[in-house]
Amino acid sequence: MKARVFVTLKPGVLDPQGKAIHHALEGLGFSGVQEVRAGKLIELELADGTSDDQIADMCRKLLANTVIENFRIERMETA
Amino acid sequence: MKSAVLVFPGSNCDRDLAVAIEQVTGRAPAMVWHRESELPDGTGLIAIPGGFSYGDYLRSGAMAARSPIMRAVGEAAGKGVPVLGICNGFQVLTEAGLLPGALMRNAGLHFVCRTVGLKVENSQSIFTARYGAGEEIEIPVAHHDGNYQADPETLDRLEGEGRVAFRYTGEVNGSARSMAGILNDQGNVLGMMPHPERVIEAAHGGTDGRRLFEGLLEAVA
Repeated sequence: MKARVFVTLKPGVLDPQGKAIHHALEGLGFSGVQEVRAGKLIELELADGTSDDQIADMCRKLLANTVIENFRIERMETA
Repeated sequence: MKSAVLVFPGSNCDRDLAVAIEQVTGRAPAMVWHRESELPDGTGLIAIPGGFSYGDYLRSGAMAARSPIMRAVGEAAGKGVPVLGICNGFQVLTEAGLLPGALMRNAGLHFVCRTVGLKVENSQSIFTARYGAGEEIEIPVAHHDGNYQADPETLDRLEGEGRVAFRYTGEVNGSARSMAGILNDQGNVLGMMPHPERVIEAAHGGTDGRRLFEGLLEAVA
C-alpha cells in the first residue's frame, strides 16, 4: 500500500520560501496571486496493514517538525 | 578536560571547533562519528559543530538529530554534561528536542555570512561566565536557516528564566525577539547560530569567541 504525507507550515508561521515563489510568479507576470505557502509531499510505500497510527508516529518522530509544521496523511488505494 | 566533537556526514566546522577547544583547553577533543552509540568515557564537554549534516535533507539537523550518537548525547545532557551546539549544531539540538523551538529559513531569504553584533543577555551560565552582563561582542554567522522561532509562551519562558544567552544587536535573520543563543532549563545545553570558534585569536580578526571556551574550561575543570 501507499500513503502520502503532506507536511505544511502551521498557519501564522512565516514562509520565506513561499514568499520567494510568490515574487517569482509576479515577476513572470501572473497577477492575482494572493499568497503562496510551500510544503512537502512525502510518498511512502508501506507493508500492508500499516496503521494510520504508525504513519502518524513516523510523522511526529521524523517527517514533520511539529513545532512549526502540520501533517496530513492520505492513503492511496492500490488497484 | 575531556571533550568530544561530533562529526556527521556534511559537518564542515568540526575541525575549527576541535582547534578552538584544543587551543583553550590544551587537550584535543575526541572526534566522534555519528554512528557511534557511546561517547568516550569521562567526556566532560560535547560540542556539535556547524555544517550541513546530511545535506540539510528534510530539515536542517533533522537526520543528524536521529543518529545513534544523539541518544548518548541526550543521556549525557540529562546528567548535566555541558553540550554546545553551534549553527548546524543548534539546529540538531532543537530537532533532537534538547532545546525548544525551531530554526527556519532566514526571513530575508539570503544566506547570511558576516560578523554580527551580539549582546550577552545571561552572563551567569557556564558558557558565558567570562563575559559581562549586557556586554556587546562580535561573532560571525554563516547560515541559511537561522531564523529562531517558538510559540510566544516558550519565548516568554526563555526570557523569564534567563535562558536567552545571546541576542543579535541588529536584524540578521528574522529570529523571534532577536534570539541568537538559548539555554536548556538546566543551563547545561547551549545552542547558538554564531560561530565563536571562528574568533579565538587575533589573526582571525577577533577574539570575542575565545572567552566562551575559557569559561567552559573553568566551569568543567
